[in-house]
Amino acid sequence: MVPTELGTVAGLGPQGTGSSRARGVAQARSLFDRQILGQALVGSVRKLSPAMQVKNPVMFVVLVGTVVTAAEAVAHPTGFSWSITVWLLLTVIFANFAEAIAEGRGKAQADTLRRMRSETEARRLLADGSEERVPASTLTRDDIVVCQAGDIVPSDGEVVEGIAAVDESAITGESAPVIRESGGDRSAVTGGTKVLSDRIVVRITAERGKTFLDRMIGLVEGANRQKTPNEVALTILLSVLTIVFIPVVVSLEAFGHFAATSVPIVVLVALLVCLIPTTIGALLSAIGIAGMDRLVQHNVLALSGRAVEAAGDVQTLLLDKTGTITLGNRMASSFLPVGDYSERQVAEAAQLASLADETPEGRSIVVLAKQRFGLRERELGDGHRFVPFSATTRMSGIDVDGRAIRKGAADAVKRWSTEQGGRTPADLDPLVERIARAGSTPLVVAEGPHVIGVIELKDVVKAGISEKFEAMRRMGIRTVMVTGDNALTATAIAQEAGVDDVLAEATPEAKMALIKSEQAEGKLVAMTGDGTNDAPALAQADVGVAMNTGTTAAKEAGNMVDLDSNPTKLIDIVEIGKQLLITRGALTTFSIANDVAKYFAIIPVIFEETYPQLKALNIMHLHSEMSAVMSAVIFNALIIVALIPLALRGVRFRATSAAAILRRNVWIYGLGGIVAPFVGIKLIDLILQATGVF
Amino acid sequence: MTFAATLAALVVVLALTWRWLGSYMAAVFEGRVQFLAWIERPLYRALQTGPQREQSWRRYAESLVVFSAAFLGLGYLLLRVQGHLPLNPQHLGAVPPALGFNTIVSFVTNTNWQNYGGETTMSYFSQIGVLTVQQFVSAAVGIAVAIALVRGFSRGNSATIGNFWVDILRAVLYILLPISFVAGIVLVGQGAVQTLAGPVHIHDPLNGVTQTIPRGPAGFMGSIMQVGTNGGGFFNADLAHPFENPTGLTNFLYMWLTLSIPVSITHTFGKMVKSVRHGVALLVVMAVIFGGWVAFTTYAEHQPNPAVAAAGVQQKQTGNTEGKEVRFGDTTSALFNVTQTQTSDGAVDSASDSYNPMGGFGLLTGMMLGEVTPGGDGSGLYTLLIYAIIAVFIGGLMVGRTPEYLGKKIQAREVKLAGLGTLAMPLVVLVLTAVAVSLHAGRSAALNAGPHGFTEILYALTSQGNNNGSAMAGIAANSAFYNVLGAVDMLLGRFAILIPALALAGSLAAKGVAPASSGTFPTDSPMFVGLTIGVVLIVGGLTFFPATALGPIVEQLSHGRLF
Amino acid sequence: MLFNLRRSLTAVVLFTVVCGFVYMLAGTGVAQLFFRHQADGSLTADGSTLIGQNWADVRCPGHPLGSCVFHGRPDDTGPYAADPATHTSGGDNPLVANGVKGESGATNLGPRSRALFEDTRALVAYWHALGVDPTPDLVTTSGSGLDPDITPADALVQVPMVARATGIAPARLRALIARETQPPALGFLGSPFIDVLSLNEALAKLR
Repeated sequence: MVPTELGTVAGLGPQGTGSSRARGVAQARSLFDRQILGQALVGSVRKLSPAMQVKNPVMFVVLVGTVVTAAEAVAHPTGFSWSITVWLLLTVIFANFAEAIAEGRGKAQADTLRRMRSETEARRLLADGSEERVPASTLTRDDIVVCQAGDIVPSDGEVVEGIAAVDESAITGESAPVIRESGGDRSAVTGGTKVLSDRIVVRITAERGKTFLDRMIGLVEGANRQKTPNEVALTILLSVLTIVFIPVVVSLEAFGHFAATSVPIVVLVALLVCLIPTTIGALLSAIGIAGMDRLVQHNVLALSGRAVEAAGDVQTLLLDKTGTITLGNRMASSFLPVGDYSERQVAEAAQLASLADETPEGRSIVVLAKQRFGLRERELGDGHRFVPFSATTRMSGIDVDGRAIRKGAADAVKRWSTEQGGRTPADLDPLVERIARAGSTPLVVAEGPHVIGVIELKDVVKAGISEKFEAMRRMGIRTVMVTGDNALTATAIAQEAGVDDVLAEATPEAKMALIKSEQAEGKLVAMTGDGTNDAPALAQADVGVAMNTGTTAAKEAGNMVDLDSNPTKLIDIVEIGKQLLITRGALTTFSIANDVAKYFAIIPVIFEETYPQLKALNIMHLHSEMSAVMSAVIFNALIIVALIPLALRGVRFRATSAAAILRRNVWIYGLGGIVAPFVGIKLIDLILQATGVF
Repeated sequence: MTFAATLAALVVVLALTWRWLGSYMAAVFEGRVQFLAWIERPLYRALQTGPQREQSWRRYAESLVVFSAAFLGLGYLLLRVQGHLPLNPQHLGAVPPALGFNTIVSFVTNTNWQNYGGETTMSYFSQIGVLTVQQFVSAAVGIAVAIALVRGFSRGNSATIGNFWVDILRAVLYILLPISFVAGIVLVGQGAVQTLAGPVHIHDPLNGVTQTIPRGPAGFMGSIMQVGTNGGGFFNADLAHPFENPTGLTNFLYMWLTLSIPVSITHTFGKMVKSVRHGVALLVVMAVIFGGWVAFTTYAEHQPNPAVAAAGVQQKQTGNTEGKEVRFGDTTSALFNVTQTQTSDGAVDSASDSYNPMGGFGLLTGMMLGEVTPGGDGSGLYTLLIYAIIAVFIGGLMVGRTPEYLGKKIQAREVKLAGLGTLAMPLVVLVLTAVAVSLHAGRSAALNAGPHGFTEILYALTSQGNNNGSAMAGIAANSAFYNVLGAVDMLLGRFAILIPALALAGSLAAKGVAPASSGTFPTDSPMFVGLTIGVVLIVGGLTFFPATALGPIVEQLSHGRLF
Repeated sequence: MLFNLRRSLTAVVLFTVVCGFVYMLAGTGVAQLFFRHQADGSLTADGSTLIGQNWADVRCPGHPLGSCVFHGRPDDTGPYAADPATHTSGGDNPLVANGVKGESGATNLGPRSRALFEDTRALVAYWHALGVDPTPDLVTTSGSGLDPDITPADALVQVPMVARATGIAPARLRALIARETQPPALGFLGSPFIDVLSLNEALAKLR
């Protein structure tokens, strides 16, 4: 009993996810860690290489523009053309900086993990039974290794023999040890974790260089980051918005000639850079990396960016009852006497029967009796015998001082007391039925032939969970509780928790069928799971979050791994997925809205000579042609830097309806995007004017 | 007051049309209307096709392109040999090569830009056998593409988007022919000419003048040119000509006819996607922008013409009368020209070239928005849907979900195609305008000096690039240079949007339908309407602001100056 | 592709016949049957009521200003034009408009056009010489170049001129104008207008 207990305790994990306890991978780092900043600065210059820039069409155009203005500045050196060149270059560097800083956080985490990997040594078991010491990095699939207390598990594998307590804090940050044993759902061990007790024999399941740790390093580092579908689509849109402004600017030169004026090429390039969506173009990849990073901060590893986006699209959440919706254990909530017995007598008998019962249910009975009637746990003398619970008797109890007390399933206890010559009280059955119907579990307590009463064990719904589900509903997400309970019990709990639907008496097949039918309606489904029998469903679900405590099969089937093994986190994952998209959308809107002000800054001044009447459009009253163009370019560059924190943190997300979110974002980023540059450009112009540069 | 009444009457008749014609068209394209099956069947047999033989988007597009190309070839040929053909009482010779090419491209692309004066260039045979035919066919093609795109939304997991031949035949037989015929009778009853008897010579004893008055089958050409949002009239002056547009009533009827299909097709869309609200949302997008432009332009035209005012003429009551007909008046004329520039029709009942700077700005920018408010027959809907997809994409991101429109996920392929569709028009118009103003052949065609000359050139290429066909007619565009440049402009403006629209139809039809939830960006809400309006205005505004600044805006701001 | 081409050619012939000739010939037939007068161009013995004429060159014996008829709008480059030396044709003769023989059309002069300003100034001077304070319609050209109509206000300012030339009392002329004024279609579509040909035909009967 004890080992599994430990397992469940760790499996429960922390309730909140924003707790400040020390984490393994996800060491909390400030947004602008000094070390990261330094590395990012170097990185932002290194990323200037055209080969890297060409992946980002928007910034590539800026880079080409910089080259053009530089050439022009060399040919006809003026302070203006050089200043423009410098600021255009800075625009590109700022964009690189944003990306480098986002990557930097992951790199730092990856370094820590890498150190852990390189130091490990393995004891490989040879066919003749002898051991040899080899570096962990040489292990391959199906090698057999031995780990004893104090050893680091050299690679991912499955326990084939023995049982041990394992400290997984290096990976999960969770300091409480977990139990790993051969067979069943708790046989997986992860490379890099530490065996605390006993000895286990592990069969390695990972190929060389493809361990969980390796994968994790790759993920946090963003080494093989691929663009997600929405990111690809957005990049296309941004390319369109870049391409369309090229003829706008080029044709302007021709239109200028018609009006007998010539627009300097530096100004044209400056105008082009101001018009193309550089703000979102510069921050796009940083947003993506930061989104993955936010998941890591939540101790979730997404095995693909696609899964993170899919999380934002989820319309149906399958949530396991135990551990997600309820605290995971039933707790005694009341003592109900039958016949002539009193409540106190029930409590006393129940407490006595539970003294040796170390299950959470048992302990909760002891605690409740103490709370209600001040019954203390009695010190027992020698003359007692505990009767443990077994699957055949379906009851447990104690024989003490000649009394035989049993508690357990109603029919089992009834049969037991009848065998002793007792008679079932008339009010027992209706009581048992009423409790069951309310979704609770009745435990009948009897002493010898006399049935004393019933303990009501209640599933305790987690505090605040129904608010979460309410928020989900507003976001248009349907929550389905999955439980092995019978329909009656399940419905009662579902009502209390506020979930939308229930899958009772769930088998893996039923779960799978539910996912498929939801998907057939075009919905995206997310679920959590940890057992091997969950694996097919995890693979079928659009977002499958495997618990880190779960089996290797489950972890491989899902597309995310929750290191905390906290099923409630599914809800956070959905929010992170949405936040990622919202941040992109909001900054795109902002970027496009900015163009209005930039037009008003630049167009009137460049034709001022031919058409002085266009001055009427210079509503910002910018100082001169040069200062107007300079101000727009400087604003365009600085806004990137100013928005890096937003890109990394993400736009604030509120769990509410799409319409409400949209309205809010359109106001802030659409209207704000129109107004902000008017203010910014004017300010910069005033500064330029004050310094007397232009 | 009469203007307000005209506007109100227009709203009422259009509301009725929207309801009736919209659902009728849905029934036609869903094959529920069959009363002309006896004509359809032999035609299908002749074309070796039928409603059961559905096409993939590629087949659909291929049929469309080959069909259009065949018409281009034949039409060009007929224009070149009209001197040897019957129905030519004025004994007009062949249409010159460049002009012939421009003209046939113009009519096949539903543009109806006219570099010729109808009464002095085209024989009756050409007007009937080439130009009028295209006024039916090009409109039917536009409607067919729109319907194909609507099917992309209404179908799920489908490899086909309908049959091109069936769609254009139904559009012609059930919709365009009957409406045009009835409207034609009304127009002639009001005074439009309809004869094949050639010009008439009359001596007026009252003033001693002898007139030679050109005539022709103008009434029935006028009706289809408006129903089909074509706009290419029989006479050079188009719908300012009293023989085409004799009374205030015909003027009103023309506006109604032009707007009826582009407006009603939003209802058809709603019906076919099983959510009339979605159709209404698009209708509101159209109506809001259209309304804004009507208000702006009519206000501008009610102001005095600056050159006339400078000559000491007080125009307080009349507004700008230069280039306008007495029987219509200033505001109704402005309303008329706005309806024609925003439907891709391009007919005019007053001279756009002589509009006040901001009046001309209203007409010009109305086209620059991509002809979606409500746009041409079919083309208005499919282009607006392209804009809507962009709006949905940005809006969808902002609510944190992969964007969906009517349950169809908007992904990389859709954004790419919609992007192409949005990009094409501004790109073509700006580049070709730049070419025109850079070359002597382009610059010298402008009639007016100063910024207005630039506006004339910009207007010409904007109009052709948007398949509108209206002109600031002072431009002398009947040159080899403009004939060819314009033809390129029109072909790209039509097919570079139409083909992505069909590809979009194919891509959407192949997708499954995702159910909407409160987490989905609601695409029938005021917010969607606002966002789509925003996208239309922003795409048009940002791409054309510099150009308009150098044209009408500078002209407007040039107080007290003449050019 | 080849199949499509053959099918397209068939379709081209079909559509040309149906949408072109069948439609137009049937339309012309119906029009000629029911609305012969309109379909032929609303002709009277003196011209078409829908096509404007030049009334500026009418010579009235003893009245050098030639104003014994009401004038229409100054379409095209007639005697009112900025440069009288270039005028060869007669006033608002529909056969000469927009500089192209035989074509309808407007001047297409822009709103800040110096040419438009000068034309207008010359027209104002012309009317002033006739003793008329012109309304905007009388000094601006129309969209078609052959606008057959003027507004009642345009006619009323010409009353003193016509009265002087014809000797008909102004009151009778005003009554004539009122009689000849046609309301907008259905009472609200367009503006009230007077057909100049009908007006002058009626005036001739008065004389």
